[in-house]
Amino acid sequence: MKQFQSAWFLAALLITSVSLPDIGNAAEVAVFSAEQNIHIRALAASCAACHGTLGNAVESDSRGSSAVNKADADTNGANAVLAGIAPADFTEKMLGFRDGSRKATVMHHHAKGLSVAEINQLAVHFSQQKRVAKAPLKPQVLNADHD
Amino acid sequence: MLIMTNHFNRRDFIKVTGAAGALLLSQNSFARATKPPLGRVVIIGGGYAGATAAKYLRMWSLGAIEVIVVEANAQFVSCPLSNLVLGGSKNINDLTFGYDALKANHGIQWVQDTVTAIDTGAKKISMLRGELSYDRLIVAPGVDFNYDDLPMLASAAAQQQIPHAWKAGWQTVNLRKQLEAMPNGGVFVMSVPRAPYRCPPGPYERVCQVASYLKVHKPKSKIIVLDANAEIISKKGLFTKVWADIYTGMVDYRPDSVIAGVDVATKTVTTEFDKVSAEVLNIIPPQRAGKVAQIANLTEKDYPWCEVSFLTYESRLVQNVHVVGDSIAAGLPKSAHMATSQAKVCANAIVQLMAGLTPDPAPVFANTCYSYVTDKSAMHVANVYRYDEAKKIMVSADGGGVSLAPSDKEGGYAAAWAQNIWADTLT
Ligand code: HEC
Repeated sequence: MKQFQSAWFLAALLITSVSLPDIGNAAEVAVFSAEQNIHIRALAASCAACHGTLGNAVESDSRGSSAVNKADADTNGANAVLAGIAPADFTEKMLGFRDGSRKATVMHHHAKGLSVAEINQLAVHFSQQKRVAKAPLKPQVLNADHD
Repeated sequence: MLIMTNHFNRRDFIKVTGAAGALLLSQNSFARATKPPLGRVVIIGGGYAGATAAKYLRMWSLGAIEVIVVEANAQFVSCPLSNLVLGGSKNINDLTFGYDALKANHGIQWVQDTVTAIDTGAKKISMLRGELSYDRLIVAPGVDFNYDDLPMLASAAAQQQIPHAWKAGWQTVNLRKQLEAMPNGGVFVMSVPRAPYRCPPGPYERVCQVASYLKVHKPKSKIIVLDANAEIISKKGLFTKVWADIYTGMVDYRPDSVIAGVDVATKTVTTEFDKVSAEVLNIIPPQRAGKVAQIANLTEKDYPWCEVSFLTYESRLVQNVHVVGDSIAAGLPKSAHMATSQAKVCANAIVQLMAGLTPDPAPVFANTCYSYVTDKSAMHVANVYRYDEAKKIMVSADGGGVSLAPSDKEGGYAAAWAQNIWADTLT
């Protein structure tokens, strides 16, 4: 939904930019920034190293997900997909990492550094993201002329 | 095609714009639009920091900022995980990626060239094969090796003998081949430069990886670590325990050992107190901000790193020039995750500035560094960093820390971290 709007803005912009190159887009960007909450979107983006762009983690052997792995609390949610997560579910897990009641290898070190307000806003952010299937990136053979 | 982003498919596109629009756009509309509404950002460097900044600038500006990346190499080779090539559980071809998906998904323009000069007054950069003007410039060149005190290692020929392997690529492969060719009982000597340098736990992870290979294939061999620092500077307790428990008797760690000289032909190193000969020698040289940062005068004479604002990553010395990644002066670890986190805050701020809006006054982000201690087992250090308004720097929030112990489970998570940060940076 948000994505669709942004893509729509992008499409509209590109078309107008061909015929009317000077048209300003600052207003649309201002709306988008306000909608997204710039503080939260950059914080959420720093979770992408483990949970993928906009919460869409890549498919991988080492990833569990709450849906698939409910039984195994230990491996549950490793590098989980956060896109589309229910806000209450997200908040409960983060607060659990924060107070130590939820088992974690690394998430307690992240959750403890965040405020409750940030956690609540992250919950909204990730719940609004659309689930997109993501395959791992395909590697290449290193070129002979690379450093 | 440029707007086939992750969250936008062709059908939606045709629906919105009609077939005529699609036709129009397919003819390289980026080249045609004379000036995009919010201006142009040129990014020098396509590593973790530069590639991430490019992507997020395009995403968060809704395509209204034109982004051009200038990168000398055709491929991206990941430093994270490259120590596993030395251990033998990874191949360099597992860590090498192209830029095509990133460019196509986000409409990023790309120039493969080397920057030769930067005129920050005229807002223009010169490359071997052309010039580019910018509204804002992002400099993300990574680290440069400083051979002032080790001139005998500056040449390509010397580095063929004694590779640093501190930028992943053919030197990594070379060092692995030297380890394979080393006789059982041979000595591997590695030096650690004074901090700050790229990847604080990296040298100690490297020791583990080399040890894991030697333990199986050359059990009579030893490792000598000449560390210019007074002690192991990252995950000290964990590394010390791993060396004692898993690689018992293999690692001879010598703190306060600054390299005074190297004899390339005999692979002999001298420090103030020691003279050590190696079968395989790996000198990790002292480091400073990347060359591009130097030619843009983003560093001061007596300090080789770039001072920036942590709200925008704009240089404190030069206006409209931002610096992200390993080149910046900060009490922050020079890690891949850190580079991407900084790049996102920088992109976020530039979008705001170019749209006439105010950047986030209090950025916060996460950083994690995983280290593999065997082929399967890993451990982390993780922190959240927050902007401190009084100190005007990023400080680590309470609650960060390291693994209790390395584990295979975290080895799996570290592998997933790599997959996700690669996909985040390069698609
Ligand atoms: C270094 C990798 C890493 C980073 C960075 C990271 N996570 Fe996690 N995340 C994990 C792992 C691993 C788990 C599984 C629990 C554990 O072992 O810590 C997890 C689990 C979670 C879960 C529970 C998922 C489920 O369905 O059970 C949530 C929610 C979550 N993370 C949110 C976040 C947010 C928000 C951020 C950014 C502020 C973040 N994570 C940053 C690695 C990471």
